[in-house]
Amino acid sequence: MADKNNLIVYCEYEDGKVSDVSLELLTKGRQLADNLGIKLEAVVAGDNLKDIEKQILPYGVDTIYKFEDSRLYPYTSLPHSSILINLFKEIEPRIAFMGATSIGRDLGPRVSSALHSGLTADCTSLEIGDYTDVKTGKEYKDLLYQIRPAFGGNIVATIVNPDCRPQMATVREGVMKKEEKDSNYKGEVKNMEVNKYTKPEDFVIEIIDRHVEKSKVNLKGSPIIVAGGYGVGSKENFDILQQLADTLGAEVGASRAAVDAGWADHDRQIGQTGVTVRPKLYIACGISGQIQHIAGMQDSALIISINSDPDAPINKIADYVITGKFEDVVPKLIKYYKKNSK
Amino acid sequence: MSLNIIVLAKQVPDTRNVGKDAMKADGTVNRAALPAIFNPEDLNALEQALKLKDLYPGSKVTLLTMGPARAAEIVREGLFRGADYGVVLSDRAFAGSDTLATSYALSAAIRKLGDFDLIIGGRQAIDGDTAQVGPQVAEKLGIPQITYAEDILSVDNGEVTVKRRLESGVETVKGKLPLVITVNGTADECRPRNAKAVQKYKYAAVPSEVANDEQKKEFIEKRPYLSIGEWSAADVDADLAQCGLSGSPTKVKSIQNVVFTAKEARKIENTEEELENLIIDLIANHTIG
Repeated sequence: MADKNNLIVYCEYEDGKVSDVSLELLTKGRQLADNLGIKLEAVVAGDNLKDIEKQILPYGVDTIYKFEDSRLYPYTSLPHSSILINLFKEIEPRIAFMGATSIGRDLGPRVSSALHSGLTADCTSLEIGDYTDVKTGKEYKDLLYQIRPAFGGNIVATIVNPDCRPQMATVREGVMKKEEKDSNYKGEVKNMEVNKYTKPEDFVIEIIDRHVEKSKVNLKGSPIIVAGGYGVGSKENFDILQQLADTLGAEVGASRAAVDAGWADHDRQIGQTGVTVRPKLYIACGISGQIQHIAGMQDSALIISINSDPDAPINKIADYVITGKFEDVVPKLIKYYKKNSK
Repeated sequence: MSLNIIVLAKQVPDTRNVGKDAMKADGTVNRAALPAIFNPEDLNALEQALKLKDLYPGSKVTLLTMGPARAAEIVREGLFRGADYGVVLSDRAFAGSDTLATSYALSAAIRKLGDFDLIIGGRQAIDGDTAQVGPQVAEKLGIPQITYAEDILSVDNGEVTVKRRLESGVETVKGKLPLVITVNGTADECRPRNAKAVQKYKYAAVPSEVANDEQKKEFIEKRPYLSIGEWSAADVDADLAQCGLSGSPTKVKSIQNVVFTAKEARKIENTEEELENLIIDLIANHTIG
């Protein structure tokens, strides 16, 4: 029965909704599957999965492997790992993707270890290409190029898995674009027998309490972002940024340095290890512009940099550069916005 | 009840603050200019272990790291903060390891360390940010894992209760020992050095650090607690085919330095007039307002 050597995406869901990152991966997966002339497949494991295929198939999915069991939701590591390990042994996918989320980053390594297949975390780009092993001279056709920043974002590495399958990668939410292929796309749904793929002892971790907090911060959806870096200097100074954000109807973002310093919450972090954003306007305050930050905001339509250092690296990618202390500049921007906006 | 806890730690280049002085003239990073530090989330992990040692007296905390002999620096740092013993897993055969080969080597060393109740490590290291080694070690040892831990609340009747911090909220889970826990940076900061422990372990070293110093060697031989373990691949019975480059399914095809193409930025003077004009322009072209 097994359909072999295709591209498969592990789909996460919460509250009956397949998560954005999974749909983004399906979009990318469809494109790569077309390049390779293979099928796109999806695997979803959980409870209350009725009609979940309606959300998945339009992304051009040819086969959905559906594992439905009340014990599979909420997610725990072992049963979901067993499902993927045993399914992958059976259908031998060529490529497997999952979100670089707390689920995907828990599940992926475990599965890759059991299958001795390589896994590359937090890829920012995925392409198909050839590879020649420098030592052996052996040539490989059509490998997955797993491209990711490393070393704090200061270099970008292209990783390949020449010999082991599946070639696995995780990708953060927002990095790839989400696009339906065909709302009437016809694919097959396979209802799988959970007990054939899991063992009773996989259910050893018990979830005794769970609070799902809807993030109050919506950086990805905000057309304007006011972001602060280490140069902001304190938690109190972030209030000045908040005032500008409130005035403009914007969200406040932060660089990793500012988050590490404890001045802003983790869910406000923009950059390679945070959220990737593409707003209409990005106002960077006291952000020097480490590569790991720039990687997460360089596609903003318009960038204003406010920095006391005229040579701050971020100024190189900015459209407007204001040299000055942000605590001096920002209140003036608020004042003139209020004056001119009516 | 006393616990046997292994803390996994890594010495990493401090990639968080690559300042201008760490950049070479061609715009690439001068790695040699970056200080080597105790991976931040591994310090959060150490704190969780030390907290359990406070709660359950008689518990033992062993620090395990893989790297060059120089990584003994972070073992000493761990001893200064309250760990009891440490091992540096060091061999040329481990060079070029990806996360899978690393977790293979660590799991071999853990087997050699013997009985344990908990293995605690940081969620991820700042030089790679992969978060893979913890779960892979768990899989290699055939035990469960709890990732993204923010607080290890208690250990009772062979069960550990852990609060996890996820992007979607908070979850409290319970699992049977032994297992692997990886700890987030949002967990409690590690306690500072303890002055007494610094006095006690000041001269702790791995054998290769004192190989050319007979006096120090003898000093440590007389005081076994100062001896930090230094294990090779052979010491942990590692299969060389699973170590280093040959044990790594992932290969680096190429590495590029990141260079961003500069735009022509418009300079706005920090004056009332120029700032007001900027705002008027942004409103006029519907960027704001």
